Amino acid sequence: MVENRPLLSILAHIVLLLGVAIVALPVWITFVGSSHEAERMLQTPIPMLPGDQFFVNLRQTLWGSGLEGSQTAPVWMMLMNSMIMALMIAIGKIAISLLSAFAIVYFKFPFRMGFFWMIFITLMLPVEVRILPTFEVIADLGMLNSYWGLTVPLIASATATFMFRQVFLTIPDEMLESARIDGAGPMRFFWDIVIPLSRTNIAALFVILFIYGWNQYLWPLLITTETDMMTIVVSIKQMLEAAEQTPQWNIIMMTSLLAMVPPIFVVIAMQKLFVQGLTETDK
Amino acid sequence: MLKRVHFPASLLPYLLVAPQVIITLIFFIWPASQAVYQSFLIEDAFGFSTEFVWFENFEYLLQNDHYRDSFGRTIFFSAAVAFLSMSFALILAGFADRVVRGSTAYRTLLIWPYAVAPVLAGALFLFMFNPTIGIFPYLLEMVGYDWNHYLNGGQAMFLVIIAAAWKQVAYNFLFYLAAMQSIPRSIIEAAAIDGAGPTRRFATIIFPLISPTTFFLLVINAVYAFFETFGIIHAVTQGGPANSTTTLVYKVYNDGFIGLDLGGSAAQSVILMFLVIVMTVIQFRFIEKRVQY
Repeated sequence: MVENRPLLSILAHIVLLLGVAIVALPVWITFVGSSHEAERMLQTPIPMLPGDQFFVNLRQTLWGSGLEGSQTAPVWMMLMNSMIMALMIAIGKIAISLLSAFAIVYFKFPFRMGFFWMIFITLMLPVEVRILPTFEVIADLGMLNSYWGLTVPLIASATATFMFRQVFLTIPDEMLESARIDGAGPMRFFWDIVIPLSRTNIAALFVILFIYGWNQYLWPLLITTETDMMTIVVSIKQMLEAAEQTPQWNIIMMTSLLAMVPPIFVVIAMQKLFVQGLTETDK
Repeated sequence: MLKRVHFPASLLPYLLVAPQVIITLIFFIWPASQAVYQSFLIEDAFGFSTEFVWFENFEYLLQNDHYRDSFGRTIFFSAAVAFLSMSFALILAGFADRVVRGSTAYRTLLIWPYAVAPVLAGALFLFMFNPTIGIFPYLLEMVGYDWNHYLNGGQAMFLVIIAAAWKQVAYNFLFYLAAMQSIPRSIIEAAAIDGAGPTRRFATIIFPLISPTTFFLLVINAVYAFFETFGIIHAVTQGGPANSTTTLVYKVYNDGFIGLDLGGSAAQSVILMFLVIVMTVIQFRFIEKRVQY
């Protein structure tokens, strides 16, 4: 702050608190809705303060049979599917990007730049623009309704490869020279020097990719036709549709809340890594 | 690009790039080329015969009123989402930059919506604006305004715009705040000594200095609104009522999976690919300039 203007500082806090309140309002209403009985949620105006049914609803949502007539799997199962999908996408992307960035930076071999550009092109082909043909490939390979079908097509990553390439380029050449004098081969160098030196970058990227994986919608929607492979994010739409017949808003809102909590927790708990990951991957 | 000191060529580097390259070939390059190929075909309704028709699918699309409407709608939607969420984020970041104590706390309180999936952002706004149970239709009814986004196209568009903008505020805020905090304090102090008040300083120094960030965010928000808002639209309006919220990506999905018009859907995919390429090039060309403060 440059000058001392107490009134302006107070105004700043008021505006910021208002901003926080506006941003939090939709989640507050959902939280309140998830803590009331189903009947209460059908009387207007709906309550603005939490009720006492939160844990009852939580138990019913998590372990109960889910929402009547919505054809979704039990919520705990969908949470597990989402977790497996998010972890497979995040770990898979990091693993294959580390390997290819290492090859491109540390080896001289024919077609090196060709491979680099091929990876670069994936940046220009988001899944949204090649939905139908990619779906056909998965169907032909018999990968519908499997964790592999859910994750593998999303694992190629230009941004992660670029980021690791950037990180590797900052590792001093002396490291490799001394490693070689000590008799280390390429893979030994990779495991003992390169990976430990890029540890924070890997962690930062993991945070971003976990959120990316957890929040996937269009792809799981197409790939999972059986209910027991359904992810929690996809199930919300099914529940909203079912709400027109059986309006159990408390259960629907509780499910929405459960679908949001894991990625939000990751962002808040690992805020520093999250910010680092966000700014690094967009360069 | 390559390290000055490096390993000699052998089989190993090929093995290292193999997983990424194989996945890219099978799930990216092959389907994309299929999309390009199919965009030149017309298949009859029963799938018995296909005919190679060159650019007929594209000609049809570009002359089709539904497609042109959806193009214009997508541009309007993107502009509205970018403007709304960027200006909201800019105001908050401007004040957060002023706050001496607690700016990190505000950051924590404002960045979490980034982690909410688009379809969930849609669901949250649906809870608030549901014509039967929503709090806003209830309040609006008291002042005599009738809200039903299932029937009113303008209201449906408004709803998907604010849901999409809400989620993106976090990202814009984070980048605006970082840009403002990286402006050298000496410049701001010099202006203050010369008698420029906070508003004047914001308009003549801070805002021009963060213009590279504004441009960067504009591109990012446009890409977001074009390609990542499918979930919001699918959950909230399903493109309706009467196509009033059908964006380009939603139309590809709808024509391909629901309408089963392979050629038409593929041609739309190809047009979208072209748009992504243009946006990526803009984004990359600009990156060198972004760091010059």
